[in-house]
Amino acid sequence: MGRHCVDFLNALVALTNFVIVPATAYGAQLALGALGVTLIYGILRFSNFAHGDTMAFGTMVTIFATWGLQAAGIGLGPLPTALLALPVGIAVTALLLVATDRGVYSFYRQQRAKPVIFMIASLGVMFILNGIVRFFIGVDDQIFTDGERFIISVRTFRALTGLDEGLAIRTTQGITLGVALIAMVALFWFLNRTRTGKSMRAFSDNEDLALLSGINPERVVLITWIIVAALATTAGVLYGLDKSFKPFTYFQLLLPIFASAIVGGLGNPLGAILGGFLIAFSEVGVTYAFRKVVGYLGPEDWQPEGLLQLLSTDYKFAVSFGILLIVLLFKPTGIMKGRSV
Amino acid sequence: MSRTFDPKILGLFGLVAVLYIGTGFAQSWNTALTIFNMGLVSAIMALGVNIQWGYAGLLNVGTMGFVALGGLATVLISIDPVPEAWAAGGLRVVLGLVLGALTIVGAILLYGALPKGRLRTIAMVFVLIAGFFVFRAVFDSGTAAVEAINPASTGFLGGLGLPVLLAWPVGGLLAAGAAWIIGKTALGLRSDYLAIATLGIAEIIIAVLKNEDWLARGVKNVTGIERPFPVPYEVELQTDPAFLDLVARIGADPVTASTITVKLIYAALFIVVIGVLVWLSEKAWNSPWGRMMRAIRDNEVSAAAMGKDVKRRHLQTFVLGSAVCGIAGAMMTTLDSQLVPGTYQPLRFTFLVFVMVIVGGSGNNWGAVLGGFLIWWLWIQVEPLGLLLLQGLTSGMSDGNWLREHLLDSAAHMRLLTMGLILLLVLRFSPRGLIPER
Repeated sequence: MGRHCVDFLNALVALTNFVIVPATAYGAQLALGALGVTLIYGILRFSNFAHGDTMAFGTMVTIFATWGLQAAGIGLGPLPTALLALPVGIAVTALLLVATDRGVYSFYRQQRAKPVIFMIASLGVMFILNGIVRFFIGVDDQIFTDGERFIISVRTFRALTGLDEGLAIRTTQGITLGVALIAMVALFWFLNRTRTGKSMRAFSDNEDLALLSGINPERVVLITWIIVAALATTAGVLYGLDKSFKPFTYFQLLLPIFASAIVGGLGNPLGAILGGFLIAFSEVGVTYAFRKVVGYLGPEDWQPEGLLQLLSTDYKFAVSFGILLIVLLFKPTGIMKGRSV
Repeated sequence: MSRTFDPKILGLFGLVAVLYIGTGFAQSWNTALTIFNMGLVSAIMALGVNIQWGYAGLLNVGTMGFVALGGLATVLISIDPVPEAWAAGGLRVVLGLVLGALTIVGAILLYGALPKGRLRTIAMVFVLIAGFFVFRAVFDSGTAAVEAINPASTGFLGGLGLPVLLAWPVGGLLAAGAAWIIGKTALGLRSDYLAIATLGIAEIIIAVLKNEDWLARGVKNVTGIERPFPVPYEVELQTDPAFLDLVARIGADPVTASTITVKLIYAALFIVVIGVLVWLSEKAWNSPWGRMMRAIRDNEVSAAAMGKDVKRRHLQTFVLGSAVCGIAGAMMTTLDSQLVPGTYQPLRFTFLVFVMVIVGGSGNNWGAVLGGFLIWWLWIQVEPLGLLLLQGLTSGMSDGNWLREHLLDSAAHMRLLTMGLILLLVLRFSPRGLIPER
């Protein structure tokens, strides 16, 4: 192989390692979060500010279940034990969400309150979930991943290919993609193929017509909350496995998640997935220092002077925010046409 | 205004006064006054949020950001400039900022001037990207030079060295500017968008404060902000013969007396500000403008049909409310004598203020003030009360019991739970709040 060709491959590997792989995993996590937000928006018609804390709650329950399983010596071998504990997290979160719906939101549904009132109620729920999570697990970082750390480690990759640059794919990143894919396929199958799913879509498209055709709104709402619990818990656990669990970080995820849902078009599930990946790739791409990649592509023995980083990682929220502003200014309904009330 | 004061309102304020006075007797007057001073600041924040939510129905989820901008104004106005830093890179920083602003203005002008089509998009993107790189080149070298100057004690440009009282209106102006940009983009769309956009701008403002060391030292904090004009330092009082003489006549401890005097003077200063703001808000509420705002809030379509420019009026109230929050932020930083970006938490500065407004009574200025005092007192006192409660509940358990230890450690998080519960209960059973809108 020529030197240029090797350099090009090295650049490609570096880009994959530092941008494409992490952004894909992060994008899948955001997409799952945004799907939850968008479903609530489509069916219940409000922006749920408690979503980040719902994710934190589900993750917390999963972490407790994981610890229980670990103490009992039950595991999944190379896979993280948390996957086994995930159903427990989903079940408890579903119970919680259905309880908040009965205790908080259903009253305002009967009142036919304005969406902004629901939003304020969700702020109250957010406070309470925040308090519960901090009360039980505290405010500190929790790392709960176990099993094999890498699918491919840098050393194996180098030995395999003989390139200078290494590529590492962590197990958690692989699992994120796998689980997210399964969740999305299941969701779309449910929405498009089952009777209940179709009634949900009908309810989302036109509430009055759906009611006329005999769809039970309370059942639709109930199922929505259960699906949202599954999506939020899965998103939270995957994010926690991939990075770490910290209640405040989950609250802060609200912004990129909302941005994903809005960019994709609020109420549009496919758009939420697209938006999640768009936000994730922009965030990672804009905050990554391209010095190494460009160094490989440039002439021999040359390294660019600066870091070639557009924004420091501290400003990653600015990326979601910037994209959000652009969408609001030029295409308020999002890329895939969402609802505009 | 010929309106006489409702006895119910007086009673409620009396009850809150009892809470503060009770704190004075039960704990100490120093504690009571500390809570009271922050209660005053909180009440001003609540007034600002009430202008947005109560007058116009605009949900601002970024109060924290506007409050922090007020704090920044305090540093920029009152701290002495750092001449070495200015000499090293001050001009480059300013030039970089100007270039950045010009890029955005240029892109907007271009967008307006060119005909619709692909050419316009390409030209605008080109201007933005080219401008960004020029901005970064000039700005980065400037900030690096500024931050290299004596980083342990300065490492920033400093402020203007003007009296700190001037920072209060300037803080309002800074917040108003940020609010204008947000309002310009997010208003006129769906109501959720404003909430989400404000959530974002608040996070970004805090990120800027934490990371731009050249501006206000970032997480290294700016301390030692001077006190506003009439407020003396405790040490000065303790050596002032007239003060010592007075204290001796009452028979009080000079140290305690001096701290309490300082707090009282702050309180007096804040009461003047809040008095002016409430008076202005009440005037506005009872004016044709106030009636128009309520008409828009209650029925946008018919107000628009009557020829009211809904988007413009929304922008106006949003900017005004944010400015009030900015003033409160500047006052708070002045009271603390330091700017600590790490302490700005959304739950404390955004959502808590919202709870104040909802509980006090949205759409009523006195309600917002009452909510500010009441909720702030609760926020502070729920923690010791919760601890007391948990101690009582767990008194049967042995001392080293893990559950007991955990519960006692977690008492601090009771306040979040309590605030959420209060918000939900008030929203459900008394949505108009303690002092409903007239």
